[in-house]
Amino acid sequence: MPHFETGKYAFFIWTAYGITAAVLVAMIATSLAHAQRWKARAEALARK
Amino acid sequence: MIPAPAFLSNPERFMAFSRWAAPMFGAIAVVLGLAGLWLGWAAPEDYQQGATVRILFIHIPAAWLAEFAYACLAVASLLALVFRHVLADAAAQAAAPLGAGFTVLALATGSLWGRPMWGTYWVWDARLTSVLALLLIYLAYMALRASLDDEAKAARAAAILALVGAVNLPIIHYSVDWWNTLHQGASVFRAGGSALAPVFYWPVILMVLAYMSAFGSLWLVRIRGEVWRRRAEAAALRAARG
Repeated sequence: MPHFETGKYAFFIWTAYGITAAVLVAMIATSLAHAQRWKARAEALARK
Repeated sequence: MIPAPAFLSNPERFMAFSRWAAPMFGAIAVVLGLAGLWLGWAAPEDYQQGATVRILFIHIPAAWLAEFAYACLAVASLLALVFRHVLADAAAQAAAPLGAGFTVLALATGSLWGRPMWGTYWVWDARLTSVLALLLIYLAYMALRASLDDEAKAARAAAILALVGAVNLPIIHYSVDWWNTLHQGASVFRAGGSALAPVFYWPVILMVLAYMSAFGSLWLVRIRGEVWRRRAEAAALRAARG
């Protein structure tokens, strides 16, 4: 079973995991937003 | 059997393939990532590093992906430069921000591991400096593409920069062998097998595979975005010409 005791290193470990989560979420969000934006634009122009 | 690059070089086929492949790679990344984190946090603390060994389960995959994404960028740039293939250029362009993101993660997590283990967040040793140079090359690539209005010229200039920057990959890889560095030598992917104990090795491997799947998924999503962007701009140009 996982155990989450990090003792005196808590700051370094949880900061590393926090930054990783933030950057991964940002990469997912920007990638999906970029694709959705241009898909909508391309489809709108194709309908004209 | 049709070789994968030839099959994917057709934009219509690529869009059909990536439509189901991107979410599939994303789902694989989630499953592998959860398994890797579960095993990693269930592993005992390292006898020297203590609990900071948990940072390595996210640092090693990020460092691996920083280089892997650049290798993808360089190969796509070469194909775009030699064959003038639009999809290869879109693939190169799409890889850059993802590679930069993984490089930032490698530097940040490595720094947070280094402070308690080495006593410093940063040292100008060959490994750390060459990875910082990798980040700067990614940023230069993106800045160069953004600075030129002519897309064909931007693609050609950026592809040349990407190929020149590929020289940094072997420097990163062998820096720990060529120079006396504070960063330890290769311990996971090395001739003669891994130096890690199995309780640490398998979580690292699962996390590397999870990061690779995540990169694959996001890369496909970004290439699709690039294809749509180019279609939209071509349609807008046609409309403007009447």
